[in-house]
Amino acid sequence: MKAVAPVLAFALLAAGSSLAENPPNVAAVRNDGVRWFNSDDVPTYKIGEDGTVDWPTFSGFRRYHAECHVCHGPDGEGSTYAPALKKSALALNYYDFVGVVAGGRQKVNAAANQVMPSFGTNRNVMCYLDDIYTYLRARGTDAIPRGRPAKKEAKSDAYTAAEKSCMEG
Amino acid sequence: MTKGMLGLLAGLLISAAAPSMANDSVKAITSDAKQWGMQLGNYSGNRYSELNQINKDNVGKLQAAWTFSTGVLRGHEGSPLVIGDVMYVHTPFPNIVYALDLNNDGKILWKYVPEQKPEVIGVMCCDTVYRGLAYADDTIFLHQADTTLVALDAKTGKVKWSVVNGDPAKGETNTATVTVIKDKVLVGISGGEYGVRGHLTAYNIKDGSMAWRAYSTGPDKDMLVDPEKTTVLGKPIGADSSLKSWEGDQWQIGGGTTWGWLTYDPDLNLIYYGTGNPSTWNPSQRPGDNKWSMTIMARDPDTGMAKWFYQKTPHDEWDFDGVNENILADIDIGGKPRKVLVNFDRNGFGYTLDRETGELLVAEKYDPAVNWATKVEMDPNSDQYGRPQVVKEFSTEQNGEDTNSTGICPSALGTKDQQPASYSPKTKLFYVPTNHVCMDYEPFRVSYAAGQPYVGATLSMYPAPNSHGGMGNFIAWDAAEGKIKWSLPEQFSVWSGALATAGDIVFYGTLEGYLKAVDSETGKELYKFKTPSGIIGNVFTYEHGGKQYVGVLSGVGGWAGIGLAAGLTNPTEGLGAVGGYAALSDYTALGGTLTVFKLPD
Repeated sequence: MKAVAPVLAFALLAAGSSLAENPPNVAAVRNDGVRWFNSDDVPTYKIGEDGTVDWPTFSGFRRYHAECHVCHGPDGEGSTYAPALKKSALALNYYDFVGVVAGGRQKVNAAANQVMPSFGTNRNVMCYLDDIYTYLRARGTDAIPRGRPAKKEAKSDAYTAAEKSCMEG
Repeated sequence: MTKGMLGLLAGLLISAAAPSMANDSVKAITSDAKQWGMQLGNYSGNRYSELNQINKDNVGKLQAAWTFSTGVLRGHEGSPLVIGDVMYVHTPFPNIVYALDLNNDGKILWKYVPEQKPEVIGVMCCDTVYRGLAYADDTIFLHQADTTLVALDAKTGKVKWSVVNGDPAKGETNTATVTVIKDKVLVGISGGEYGVRGHLTAYNIKDGSMAWRAYSTGPDKDMLVDPEKTTVLGKPIGADSSLKSWEGDQWQIGGGTTWGWLTYDPDLNLIYYGTGNPSTWNPSQRPGDNKWSMTIMARDPDTGMAKWFYQKTPHDEWDFDGVNENILADIDIGGKPRKVLVNFDRNGFGYTLDRETGELLVAEKYDPAVNWATKVEMDPNSDQYGRPQVVKEFSTEQNGEDTNSTGICPSALGTKDQQPASYSPKTKLFYVPTNHVCMDYEPFRVSYAAGQPYVGATLSMYPAPNSHGGMGNFIAWDAAEGKIKWSLPEQFSVWSGALATAGDIVFYGTLEGYLKAVDSETGKELYKFKTPSGIIGNVFTYEHGGKQYVGVLSGVGGWAGIGLAAGLTNPTEGLGAVGGYAALSDYTALGGTLTVFKLPD
């Protein structure tokens, strides 16, 4: 099965050591109709003054709590089994983050038995990876609290079209 | 002890006759209270010991006798076995086995470390737990995470044979123990969150060859079902009962895995086990009753043929995975002695069934918080007979895809998960470790890919609202009446298997790491000791050199460790409550240790 995400090849090329951004570049400067981007053209969240969460970030909350939380714990907080992704999403740059999810990662030695499987062929994850990424960055920067976001924007037509093309493409 | 002598004698007599059966050795050992020969204590799954040197008058003086580090960090479920003078200790992945010499301060007689590809870790939903070894006829049975079943010489640790039961590349893994019945070893499979098609498989213990395999779903011949003779609530099951309850071929990726415990009635020659949730967690994607997921199955262990089924949660909408143990007991119901099985299901109902016929006798909530159904219909003349009466507000199917159903109790953790309960023939009560957690549940559409998670719902869990604020209870249950006798609130889910003894005490462990002993009549706390890590293992007891010991594995993890490590928050109580509930990580950290207790010399 071929990898779902077109960004995968790029992500692997770009994968390498990276330092945590300080402060994280989360300001939304551009919207392509589907989602917001920061000044580095990397997906980011946008939270309104009344707490309204952009649709993709809300979608990230949903997808995280289906695909990720059974290992990484609720709200990106981590567990006894796997690390807190709200921190990983700030410590890794976007391309490394995508690379780890798509390709997997292993830390297996005398002290650790941690295996992140590869999700590169899983549409339920890869089609929503940008959503999950911005959700986790919103959690990591405390832009949204734990739990289900109370207010969210409606799903746009452009988002619906992009989702359909990824899930069925 | 008289009982031990009798057990030994019976074993000798039977083994003189031909053909000898492995469960003769199991029966002999489990009827000798000095040994701990099975994960659930005996074939009935009672987790009860006749030992009474440690009792309610002196348990307060209990002290740690010795400890042993397993060298593994992950969640430690199950318990060691004690066979004669040797204790056999297992670990989570990489599934190490240690044989410890009880005559020599626990010196390691042998150690077996299987080689397994670490990739299997990535497809184990909810931690790399393993619920322990089985023993029969000088053989230790190890069922690895990667589904390799290994028979080890109990004296040397040398491999006698091994066989592979499933394929981790498809998400098939193992977390459960195996059970030896007669000349076979019975083996389940995990992977309901990966769309694995569940089955129970019997291997001949002589050489590891397959004797039979019974699928949970699909055509009658795959399920080892006889349309005329297999019954459901007293009536013939009929042809194609599973196929008719799914849309198209969905049963092929429909779950019904078998990762729980198995019990056995030698007189009726029936085994009992449960099948897990249907895949996916999005009910709208799999119309129908999804048979026979969520089902108690009674089968003939020789042939695998099904005697009766009972589906507890038709068309699951909440991940109320139906694998919990079926405890066998002989109790009076309505003044009449009955041979029953008692099941504390994830869905929050405590079921009492006639274990010969599968007749439903009692079905009552064993946590008052349970709200997703009003009751189970008990009228045999109703077309709803045996079915839970689902409350519309909490029906994730009726509310539909992309709708968040809130305030459902229990959560997907269930009112009880795998942690086995205990039954005391002395008090006639069941002692049940429980979760007291509710959830919001939003199903949505997902696509299936082999070996990838196939979940399809978003969950948020939180302590049961309008209660004591904690996430667990430890209860005593009257299975004849279907009533809670007493209930002890706990801050966290009680994820440790209970043990009742003839010393009028019940032991259990807590997620903070306490081993607790309470009075079996009143629930009064008599003793507690904080072990090195949170307890999700099962308490066990044995006698050695004239002294009774009680032991338990610590090592926090499992789904409890994943769900509760960061603490749970209740969104309905607003921002003020965030952080108001303690996080498990404030109390304990990873690390597998066995702690063994005794009275002072």
